[in-house]
Amino acid sequence: MTMPGMSEAEVTHAQQAPTDVEPERPSAPPPRRAAPHGERQHVRVSGLSDETVGDIHCDNPFMVARNVNVHYGENHAIQDVSLDIGKEQVIALIGPSGCGKSTFLRCLNRMNDSIESARVTGSISLDGQDIYSRDLDPVALRARVGMVFQKPNPFPKSIYDNVAYGPRIHGLAADRAELDDIVHTSLERAGLLQEVKDRLDEPGTGLSGGQQQRLCIARTIAVNPEVILMDEPCSALDPIATARIEDLMDELSRDYAIVIVTHSMQQAARVSRRVAYFHLGRLVEVDDTDRIFTNPQHKLTEDYITGRIG
Amino acid sequence: MSSADDPSAHSATRRKVEAGLARRRLRERLFKGFGLAATAVGILFLCVFVYTLVAQGASAFRQTELQLDVHFDRDVLAPDGELDLEYADFDAIPRDALRAMFPDVTSRGDRRELNRLISIAAGFQIRDMLVDDPSLLGETRTVRVPAAANVDMLVKGHIDRALDEALRPVSDRQVQWIEALQANGRIEQHFNTALFTNGDSREPELAGIRGALMGSLYMLLVTVVLAFPIGVAAAIYLEEFAPRSRWSDLIEVNINNLAAVPSIVFGLLGLAVFINWMALPRSAPLVGGLVLSLLTLPVIIIASRAAIQSVPPSIREAALGLGASRMQVVFHHVLPLALPGMLTGTIIGMSRALGESAPLLMIGMVAFIVDVPGGFTDPATALPVQIYLWADSPERAFAERTSAAILVLLGFLLVMNLAAVIIRKRMERKW
Amino acid sequence: MQNTTLILLLAGMAAAAFYLGRSRSLALVGGVSNSAMLHSLPGYYGYFTAVWCLLPALAVMLVWVLAEPRVVIALVVDGLAESQKNLSAGELNLLVNNIRNLAAGDAVSGSVDASLQAAADRYNALVGVSRWMLAGLVLGIATLGALSAWRRIRPDLRARNRVERVIEYLLIAASSIAILTTIGIVLSVLFEALRFFQKVPFTEFLFGLNWSPQTAIRADQVGSSGSFGAVPLFAGTLLITVIAMCVAVPVGLMTAIYLAEYSSNRVRAIAKPLLEILAGIPTVVYGFFAALTVAPWVRRTGEALGIEVASESALAAGLVMGIMIIPLVSSLSDDAIHAVPSSMRDGALGLGSTRSETMTRVILPAALPGIVGGILLAVSRAIGETMIVVMAAGLAANLTANPFEAVTTVTVQIVTLLVGDQEFDSAKTLAAFALGLVLFVMTLCLNVVGLSVVRKYREQYE
Repeated sequence: MTMPGMSEAEVTHAQQAPTDVEPERPSAPPPRRAAPHGERQHVRVSGLSDETVGDIHCDNPFMVARNVNVHYGENHAIQDVSLDIGKEQVIALIGPSGCGKSTFLRCLNRMNDSIESARVTGSISLDGQDIYSRDLDPVALRARVGMVFQKPNPFPKSIYDNVAYGPRIHGLAADRAELDDIVHTSLERAGLLQEVKDRLDEPGTGLSGGQQQRLCIARTIAVNPEVILMDEPCSALDPIATARIEDLMDELSRDYAIVIVTHSMQQAARVSRRVAYFHLGRLVEVDDTDRIFTNPQHKLTEDYITGRIG
Repeated sequence: MSSADDPSAHSATRRKVEAGLARRRLRERLFKGFGLAATAVGILFLCVFVYTLVAQGASAFRQTELQLDVHFDRDVLAPDGELDLEYADFDAIPRDALRAMFPDVTSRGDRRELNRLISIAAGFQIRDMLVDDPSLLGETRTVRVPAAANVDMLVKGHIDRALDEALRPVSDRQVQWIEALQANGRIEQHFNTALFTNGDSREPELAGIRGALMGSLYMLLVTVVLAFPIGVAAAIYLEEFAPRSRWSDLIEVNINNLAAVPSIVFGLLGLAVFINWMALPRSAPLVGGLVLSLLTLPVIIIASRAAIQSVPPSIREAALGLGASRMQVVFHHVLPLALPGMLTGTIIGMSRALGESAPLLMIGMVAFIVDVPGGFTDPATALPVQIYLWADSPERAFAERTSAAILVLLGFLLVMNLAAVIIRKRMERKW
Repeated sequence: MQNTTLILLLAGMAAAAFYLGRSRSLALVGGVSNSAMLHSLPGYYGYFTAVWCLLPALAVMLVWVLAEPRVVIALVVDGLAESQKNLSAGELNLLVNNIRNLAAGDAVSGSVDASLQAAADRYNALVGVSRWMLAGLVLGIATLGALSAWRRIRPDLRARNRVERVIEYLLIAASSIAILTTIGIVLSVLFEALRFFQKVPFTEFLFGLNWSPQTAIRADQVGSSGSFGAVPLFAGTLLITVIAMCVAVPVGLMTAIYLAEYSSNRVRAIAKPLLEILAGIPTVVYGFFAALTVAPWVRRTGEALGIEVASESALAAGLVMGIMIIPLVSSLSDDAIHAVPSSMRDGALGLGSTRSETMTRVILPAALPGIVGGILLAVSRAIGETMIVVMAAGLAANLTANPFEAVTTVTVQIVTLLVGDQEFDSAKTLAAFALGLVLFVMTLCLNVVGLSVVRKYREQYE
């Protein structure tokens, strides 16, 4: 069954290509995007409950989201989402375009603050501290919860300055030697040092797409965050570059909590330990990756992973 | 070093970040404050500007008038029994009427001072009344005549009565007379029609903007008749027909540069080409209009090109597919759709032309011209140039009139820009 | 015959030609029902005839009207007495002016003698003859053109293509007017400037420190050429421009930043149109404000602080000019800031930058070329601004960097030299064109560089 307003081609892409490009731009979720009428009806026709199935809890939770709602003006983009994010694991948020997974991701480091019409309710805590509380500066929060975006977005500065940017603004390095050290370590952890060590002064925008994305990851980990949010980090990359980034994620997951939004189920299966399936602003199902892909509990999840919903 | 699994590394980072937070927040607030202050500077200036103009200029729309019981004295006007419209002493009539109200003013000097309360326009007014109705001769009528500029200023409060007598243009005696007249209800303020019906004058109470307005009107007519079709035609050629070549690039660069050439340089062009080479008359709205068309042409071309670009190619393709020639596509389909944008650009160009004065100084439109121009080759001036001329006059009354003229000019500009906005809103199409 | 009457007549003839051409085309194929046999629609045959009727006639008329005054004057001068013909160019010019004024019935300077009256009558007679000749010629050409086109109409005549070709040429002509304007500016300014440099050496003009063109009024005064050193004007222009930029650049840039990054949509919706109003106020109004409100205020403030301020200080003119330029700087900066992709901003914010850090460390450096280009355009605007300085800055050619003193600028001097009575050959008048040349070249360089920087920068992020 094909959803209205969704082409056959998109559906097949979602199944086969791990590098598909989602047609939305999650870096700035358009507030006016309302769910097509037909899709809503689909939910009602199937007559399933709005409750999240599976297990939203995990051992050792680091970030805890409870009853999160997001409105963009009139549009109710996220409805009652509750989810735990554990330490030292990768959780993947999947779902069709416009399902709210990117919006939810951006709630986790308050990137929605810069959208005037966005209103967030509910609670999200980081290590027991409410991140939407008045005493918490979003600047300090974002130093702890870093973010990597869909499209590689290195600053038009040198490779060195790109990586040194975060440590510089946060005052993490006491002197030049320490800064050099941070830059080198970060580039190394991002697997980029070997390729760029002789040209740290060249502009970061001159690198290839995959290298640029790894530069952005290096830039993020240079601040030494506790959580890394990745918003479809591979959607603009070719399969080889994607594979490198996925290896990198695997490695980084030993040290950081990683939340990845992806449009590719294969990628979710490869890199994540848990998977959360979003549909039309609701969190439909959360579970261990194996369980979701082998034995989905919810009809919508099953439709999605079997390719009936693009 | 950044082994993230080591919690102490994280907490060290957090401590460093938090240590700098207060300083960074302060800087953030300062930066934002600077931004707000900068935005406020522009807007504040605009407010001060409008306030000053209105405070200075609003009173110019009212003129102080003296109510006099005028006797059209046969002995004064027609001593030989015949009324000579050219040489009769019309000025004496209102003077006598005023003097009749102050019988105790006898000395020559005092009488002259008293006479100065009346504008010289009063004599012309008496003459006009007699021309209209010769039977008035010998009658007595209550007539309102304009007061002299200084009286006007004093009544409107622009001259400080507390000031030392030597420092103000109105003497103590005159102030007393004026106060007496006011007490008798003989001084009134009425709408200043002279401001809109008269040409320029050396006397502030006689000076009006009609001549300048007509000059501006004639110039804008020439400008719109020349610049609109030429600008649209040039835009059509550049967008629809010109091959992408060095030549069209050159035209494009050239047009963008022309839009930024100082307007005074266009004045030099007008002086050298239109007046010295083509021997067209100086001070004529025709030449002014020619110069202003060259000045606004780039604006119109740029706006028209943008309007043509916004017509989707699918429309051209559809028409071409039906067998229309390129010319038919342009004139039947593209042009009607792009017209609102072109009109908007033209109105904005016209409003720029209306406010322009520097090039007009070059082609002699700064002359002191009393007559209201009646054609495209009559000597004329323009509204902004009139403002420039009046602003140079030392009299307080001219400062008031300058502000009033500015208000009129800004009113016209506002109307034109509103029209542009409305056209854009009304005829806007979403593709 | 009046030119307007002639043009109306021509329009009528063109309409008639249209009708005749159209009906002939239809007659050739035997009526409307067979119009498919024609190559083009019948109307195009009408346009074809009308174009041939109108265009050649109008071209002849234009040339005639442009040449008429010269030819008539030459004929009148030719008919003058020998003694008058041998007058110097300036005196002859005056005489011709008198004849012209007398002929038009206007006031004449000096007494009217019989020979002058005769010349004026001759002038009027010549003009009358010229008008009738013009009318005959133009109407004849129009008739001939229409007739020949009408005779050429055949069913297989490609009338549409012919008409469209003509329209295309007209479009080309319209677009070349922009080029002609530039050429006209360059030639007129350059030509007169070269004549000036024959009287005053180029180096002296560019590097001389003393400017007092008034001494050159009397032609018999030798050494008057020593006073055309334009350096004080350049310095004055520079001083006022610098003051204006000191106001406009920080305020304009910070306004753009505030509106782009901090203000709410509602504030933006109010502030932007207000700034546009500021940009639309005529410069003469700014000049009035500078001279009557700001200059006295600057002077009083200066006096209160114990600083001696000239009543026409560079500061007052510069301040007001700066305010005039704020909207230009802010809108160009706004364009530059918005051209930086939003992903840059997201990236910086995502790393924990404050908004000001995002702006100053990421967005502004990325937008710098665009902003610099915009500032160059603003400088060019300041240099060429005329009315504010004419009204608020003085005429005193002081060579000073003190903003409290009066200075004069290039544009002020152009206006002063050219307004009022002038002889076209005097060094004083020609000096204005030399200054115009300098002004044009300076602003042209700034504009070319500024525009290309802005454009290249835009392309970089597209």
